[in-house]
Amino acid sequence: MSESFLLEMKNISKSFSGVKALDGIHLQVRPGECVGLCGENGAGKSTLMKVLSAVYPHGTWDGEIFWEGRELKATSIRETERAGIAIIHQELMMVPHLSVAENIFLGNEISNHGFLDYDAMNARAQELLAKLNVHDINPALPVLNYSGGKQQLIEIAKALNKNAKLLILDEPTSALTSSEIRTLLDLIKRFKADGMACVYISHKLEEVAEIADTVTVIRDGTHIGTQPMAELTTASIVTMMVGREMKNLYPKEDHAIGEVILEARNITCWDVTNPERKVVDNVSLTIRKGEILGIAGLVGAGRTELVSTLFGAYPTAHQGTIHLDGQEVSIKTPRDAVRAGICMVPEDRKKSGILPIIGVGHNMTISVLSRFARFGLIDEHEELAQIQAEIIRLKIKTADPMLPIASLSGGNQQKAVLSKMMLPEPRVLILDEPTRGVDVGAKYEIYKLIFALAKTGVAVLMVSSELPEVLGISDRVLVIGEGQLRGDFVNDNLTQEQVLAAAIGHAAQVA
Amino acid sequence: MTGILFRKFLSENKIVALLIVVALIWALFGYLTYNTDTGVSGFLTARNFSNLLRQMAITGMLAAAMVFVIVAGEIDLSVGSLLGLLGGIAAILDAVYGWPLAGTIAFVLLAGAALGLMNGWLTSYLGIPSFIVTLGGQLAFRGAVLGLTGGITIAPVSPGLKYIGQGYLPGWLGNGCAILLFAVLLFMAIRTRRKRLLHNLKVPTPVMEAAKLLGTGLLILGFVLVLNSYQGIPVPVLLLLFVLAVFTVIAKGTVFGRYIYAAGSNSEATRLSGVNVNLVKMSVFGLMGLMAALAGLTTTARLAAGTPSAGFGGELDAIASCFIGGTSMRGGVGSVIGALVGALIMASLDNGMSMLGVDTFWQQIIKGIILVIAVYLDIISSGVKRL
Repeated sequence: MSESFLLEMKNISKSFSGVKALDGIHLQVRPGECVGLCGENGAGKSTLMKVLSAVYPHGTWDGEIFWEGRELKATSIRETERAGIAIIHQELMMVPHLSVAENIFLGNEISNHGFLDYDAMNARAQELLAKLNVHDINPALPVLNYSGGKQQLIEIAKALNKNAKLLILDEPTSALTSSEIRTLLDLIKRFKADGMACVYISHKLEEVAEIADTVTVIRDGTHIGTQPMAELTTASIVTMMVGREMKNLYPKEDHAIGEVILEARNITCWDVTNPERKVVDNVSLTIRKGEILGIAGLVGAGRTELVSTLFGAYPTAHQGTIHLDGQEVSIKTPRDAVRAGICMVPEDRKKSGILPIIGVGHNMTISVLSRFARFGLIDEHEELAQIQAEIIRLKIKTADPMLPIASLSGGNQQKAVLSKMMLPEPRVLILDEPTRGVDVGAKYEIYKLIFALAKTGVAVLMVSSELPEVLGISDRVLVIGEGQLRGDFVNDNLTQEQVLAAAIGHAAQVA
Repeated sequence: MTGILFRKFLSENKIVALLIVVALIWALFGYLTYNTDTGVSGFLTARNFSNLLRQMAITGMLAAAMVFVIVAGEIDLSVGSLLGLLGGIAAILDAVYGWPLAGTIAFVLLAGAALGLMNGWLTSYLGIPSFIVTLGGQLAFRGAVLGLTGGITIAPVSPGLKYIGQGYLPGWLGNGCAILLFAVLLFMAIRTRRKRLLHNLKVPTPVMEAAKLLGTGLLILGFVLVLNSYQGIPVPVLLLLFVLAVFTVIAKGTVFGRYIYAAGSNSEATRLSGVNVNLVKMSVFGLMGLMAALAGLTTTARLAAGTPSAGFGGELDAIASCFIGGTSMRGGVGSVIGALVGALIMASLDNGMSMLGVDTFWQQIIKGIILVIAVYLDIISSGVKRL
């Protein structure tokens, strides 16, 4: 080795049941260096970090990791932590009801003959936090008293306590306010000066540009390039991230677009866990009959929150008005929405889409059961006829319509959920990540369904993190970034670069 | 190979597996209570069978509704006390105020439904966990019955009320009911089969279907013949069979029933499908209250008196019956008939061990062990580990 790297990952490959998630990735970090790791959603960044931190133990992936010049064959997170690798996940791993000090020392408690030494832990916690220039956190109070930004700092204090030499930050700022982001970036700069290395994973390229010394870009699990930040611009990083050729995966069909059907005005939502932060900030939108409106943006930009509000499913504080055919409607629950003619296929199929142990057929009819019922008694004959027609129409592959839906493949589950939300014959159909975890064939069929719906005059609002998909089927694209409307583009020779640039806030402009 | 097939058959027809357990328990007690002098086993007599069913009727009524509560992902710990309170009210109205029977029944049923709805409202609309709400109810309702009765037994109740708990159907009426029941089952089986064929769905082979019907028919026939050879079908047992029929129809054939199972399977997804999950859950508690009222009336009638300790621990028997009968603790899975067979198993153990003169403390220990074993068997037979 010519140079002395703190960390060198060579030719890392990792497959999940035959699908390659990582394919020959390299990553090098020198002491005191900050490496920016960039890539689209699902490019493999988090998988790579899980390989590094031994969430996937040595032996479950191919390639080599050298740490301080020696090969590292860690099989547990404890080992990598002991070596000095600390990872701070996108979703913070804190025990909310334990105190700040207890969280910092979780697993490394200071004890005296088996009894916890709270005085020593609190004092040491205070010391660690002081190193981070944080003086307004009381180590004895429960963590839940502090905002996301403060909790992030507590996580970093925890890493410092373990004498971390390499700090991995996975989308650390996605839940922070702008002043909290400032604090964090300044802190990382100080760490660098003190010789600590850092891997910074973020979609927010201006943050990467500010603190990274080198940038590694990965796409679809392959290594695209590593260059010093000095030779890059945010625009060139975007090109490296996207740089994918568009194949004709989208069965685009002509459909007429009519008058405005739904209008949402000034939608604002506050974060569930951080009530001061706006996750959606004063967004207004309109959608027309037969229009397919794509909503693009990065994960955590506030897209899901925006559409759940339209469907009456946003759990905490929100504001704004919804108008259907120019008339204001009150939508407080999903039931109100379905009755008004707005349906939604939610983002997380397993958590909020399927009724796992109920039959496929009964999953599909749950929203329209009263249609088959007289005096509350279901006419199974009628219901079955409808189910069978839907199974044929959507090409759902199931041996028996009464099989529990959880036993079907992701694509078939998704088609059943789609069917459930199409049966009420909505006028506006919201699809949140409709093709997530769905194989290519089923994706194609879902796109065809979307076009068929648009042809009949249904307005389709589709949130998707896959830019090619957004560009492949939308008539118009809204770009959401950090809760705000960053762009409203007619999809006419629109490029992924334009959309991503708007999402990231680079050259933000409303076309 | 046959072992695997047999296990598959059992996991698909849980009720058969449960009935095999019942048969084993009965065979065991039949053997143990066999009297070599008379050549009769005390457990396996028509009289004891009739007693056994009457014993399980009250637990069965509670278990039938408890299945819905547990399937919906909730729990009701208050039903034993609620039964006591409503039974006490029935006794007071009947014995002290001399209300007409219909008035007493109507009032008690309404009061039961109202108190159940209150439990449900606190749980689903105010978001207090049902475990807490009904634990509070358990204490409060028991306190209320103690206060109302002054801690003493209220007696005697009117003959009309007594009939509900102690009466028997005349033999011809019992036979008539059995024939009607079999006719309904036959009609439904034929209709279902025709419908499934119409939709190209899998149907059991005709032999299978006929065997199933024949088995059911023989079961009904044996049931009625045995009971008629004693004094006829006991009224509480008839009530329980009626509850079984109604609740099975609710579970399998109504919009409300489908919503209960859906809410228990995935409450969030059900809500996002446009179902008013809160209302569904509240109604389930209302039904539970209604059944506690019916059980309370039956208890008072059976004892011919209202006692402040009536129904003590009844919620635990009902819950245990559900779990023995294959209801999942996580919600979404469970059948009314399963819970009733669960109640039958519990009652058989009680009855058999009492007959053998087993000490009460041993009876409790054994019932506890059986509950745990039964659920374990259910877990391994369904091949799914519940974490």
